[in-house]
Amino acid sequence: MFELLGIPPQALFGQVLLGLINGSFYAILSLGLAVIFGLLNIINFTHGAQYMMGAFVAWMCLNYFGINYWAALLLAPIVVGATGIAIERLLLKRIAHVDHLYGLLLTFGLALIIQGLFRNQYGSSGLAYQIPAELRGGQNLGFMFLPYYRGWVVVASLVVCLATWFLIEKTRLGAYLRAATENPTLTQAFGINVPLLVTLTYGFGVALAAFAGVLAAPIYSVNPNMGADLIIVVFAVVVIGGMGSILGAIVTGFSLGLIEGLTKVFYPEASATVIFIIMVLVLLVKPAGLFGRAA
Amino acid sequence: MKLKTLLATTAFAALVSAPALAQVSIKIGVMNDRSGLYADLTGEGSAVAARLAVEDFKAAEKGLKVEIVSADHQNKPDVGSNIARQWYDTDNVDVITDVPTSSVALAINQITKDKNKIFLNSGAASSDLTNKACSPNTVHWTYDTYALANGTGGAMVKAGGDSWYFLTADYAFGHALERDTAAVVTKNGGKVLGAVRTPFPGTDFSSFLLQAQASKAKVIGLANAGGDTINSIKQAGEFGITQGGQKLAGLLVFINDVHALGLQTAQGLVLTESFYWDRDEGTRAWSARFAKAHNGNMPSMVQAGVYGAVLHYLKAVAELKSKDPAAVMAKMKEMPTDDTLFGKGTIRADGRKMHPMYLYEVKKPGESKAKWDYYKQLAVLPAETAFRPLSESECPLVKK
Repeated sequence: MFELLGIPPQALFGQVLLGLINGSFYAILSLGLAVIFGLLNIINFTHGAQYMMGAFVAWMCLNYFGINYWAALLLAPIVVGATGIAIERLLLKRIAHVDHLYGLLLTFGLALIIQGLFRNQYGSSGLAYQIPAELRGGQNLGFMFLPYYRGWVVVASLVVCLATWFLIEKTRLGAYLRAATENPTLTQAFGINVPLLVTLTYGFGVALAAFAGVLAAPIYSVNPNMGADLIIVVFAVVVIGGMGSILGAIVTGFSLGLIEGLTKVFYPEASATVIFIIMVLVLLVKPAGLFGRAA
Repeated sequence: MKLKTLLATTAFAALVSAPALAQVSIKIGVMNDRSGLYADLTGEGSAVAARLAVEDFKAAEKGLKVEIVSADHQNKPDVGSNIARQWYDTDNVDVITDVPTSSVALAINQITKDKNKIFLNSGAASSDLTNKACSPNTVHWTYDTYALANGTGGAMVKAGGDSWYFLTADYAFGHALERDTAAVVTKNGGKVLGAVRTPFPGTDFSSFLLQAQASKAKVIGLANAGGDTINSIKQAGEFGITQGGQKLAGLLVFINDVHALGLQTAQGLVLTESFYWDRDEGTRAWSARFAKAHNGNMPSMVQAGVYGAVLHYLKAVAELKSKDPAAVMAKMKEMPTDDTLFGKGTIRADGRKMHPMYLYEVKKPGESKAKWDYYKQLAVLPAETAFRPLSESECPLVKK
C-alpha cells in the first residue's frame, strides 16, 4: 500500500517520527494556552512572544552569565513566568470582568511591543545557540537518523504534558483550580484564594511557553519573530482540540504535528495550510472542538 | 530713481531665481523589509547606506536637494504595491530603491514602468527583473539568481557535486533560483534528482531535509534565503546530513545569516556575494562608517548595493541637471559606474549592473580573528561570466 503512494515505508516512519517531534512543540504551547483560557478566560496572544522570550533568556543566560542549557531549562521558565505574573497583576487583572475581546487585544498588543523591543535590541536575523554537548550526534534507527536532541524534545514535552495533566486533573490543587473555573465566587467562599490561583495559573501557562522556547533554541533560529510564526498554528490546534481542554490540547498537538508531517511528504506546498483546513472542518462539524464541551 | 528700482528688481530677481534654476529636488524611497526575516540584511541599514551616498556625493553642493523616505513592505506584494502607488502618486517620490523579496520587486517593477519613474533594485534576487520582466525604468544592481547559480552552483558541480536535490522556498524568488541553478547544473554535466517546495517562511525543515537525504543526491541546493536558510542549515547539521557525505549549497547566504548561524555551524559553506566589507582598504573604510551609523553591524551586499545605485543615480541627475526618468536612465546606462564598494562597472541595456561576483568560503571558528571576520575568498567571477550574457537574453530592450 505504501508503495502505491510512491513512498517507501522506511521514509514514512521517519516522517511520522518527525511529525511527532513537531507535535511536541504544538502540544506544550497549546497546553499553556488551554490552561490560561480554561481558568482566566483570556485568549493569550502574548504566548508566542513568551515562547520567544524563553529562547532569548536561554541565550542571554549562556552569553551574559555562562549558565548552560540545563540550568536555563529551569531558569528561563521561572524568569519569563515571573514577567507573566507581573503582566497578570498589573494589566490582565484590570480587564478580567469585561469581554474576552479586550483581553485578546491587550495581549496581542503586548506581543507586538515585546517583539519590537527584542527586534530593536537583537535584530531580526537571529542568534546562534548550540545544542548542548551531551545531546549532540544521534542514532541511526535504520529508517532514519534520529538526533539525540530531537528524541529529548519528545521525551521532555511528553513528561511535562502528562505532569500538567496529572496536576490539574488528579491533585487537590488541580481540584481547586477546576472549582475556581466552574464557579469562582463559591470557591472563594470556601476560603480559597482565587485571585492568587489565577495569577499563578497565568504564570504557569507562560512558563510552559518559555520552556518550549528553551527546547526550541538549539534547533530553530532564535529570532524575535519565532513565536509569531508559530502562534497562529498553535491557536488553530487549541481551537481544534476545544478551547480550555487540557487533554484536547495535548492530543491534538501531537496528532496535528503528525498530519502536518505527512502533508510535507505527500503535498509539501500545502503543509502550512493543512492545519487550517482541518480547523474549518472541525468547526463545521463540532463547533466546540474535538474535546471541548459546548458552552 | 527709475534706474535704482530697476537695478534693485534685477538683483532681487537674480537672487530668487538663481538657486531655483540650479536646484533639483529629489525624493528617494527606500522600501524593504523592516520587521521580518530580511530586516537585518536590508531594513534600516539600506536607508543608512542611501544617506551615506547622499553625504559622499555632496549632493547639496551640486545643487541637488535630496530627501530620503522609507517604508516596510512586509514581504507582501500587495502592501508594497500600495506604498509604491502612494509614493509615486501623492508623495512625489522619484525613485524607489532596495526592495528585497522578488515577488514584491516584480510588482514594483511594473508599477514603476507604468508611472514612468525609476526603480533601483538592490535586494531582490530574481533574474527575471532584467530578463523576461525587464523594464526601461529599472536597474538591478547587486546580484541575481543567475549569478548566484553560476557562482555557487558552478563551483559545486566542478568540485564533483554532479547530482542535486533542491529545497525551494515556494515563491517567485525560490522558483527562479532553482530554475537558474538547475540550468547551470545540467549545462555542466550534472543532473537534478528532484526538488521540494517548502512553504515560506518556514520553521521546521527536517522533513524536507530527510526527503533530500533519501534522494541520495550529492548536493542539496538551498534555494531559499534569510531565516529559511538559517533553519535549514542548522537542522541539516543536526540530522547528520553533512556528516553523511552530502554537501549543502547555500545558494543565497548573506553575511547576516552567517552571523546568526555562528561559525561553528556555518563553517565551510561556499557562497557567492558581490560585496564583502573586508575586501580592500576602500570597503573597510566605508563599512566602518556604516557600522558606526548602524549599531556596529557590518553592511550586507544589499545595503552596499543601495549605496552604489543611489550614488550613480545622483551622478546622472547632477550631470543632466534634470530628473526626467528617460534621460536619467539613458545617462546612467551611458556613464560607466565607479564607486569604492563595487569598483568600475557598467549598466547594460536590460538594466543589469555589471560587476564581478566573488566566491567565498566561510571560515572555521579558529581562523576568524575578529567579529564579522567570516569569509575567505576562493575565486573572482568576472562580470561577463557571472551574469546572463545578452545573447541569451529574452529582454525586449536588448537589440540583437
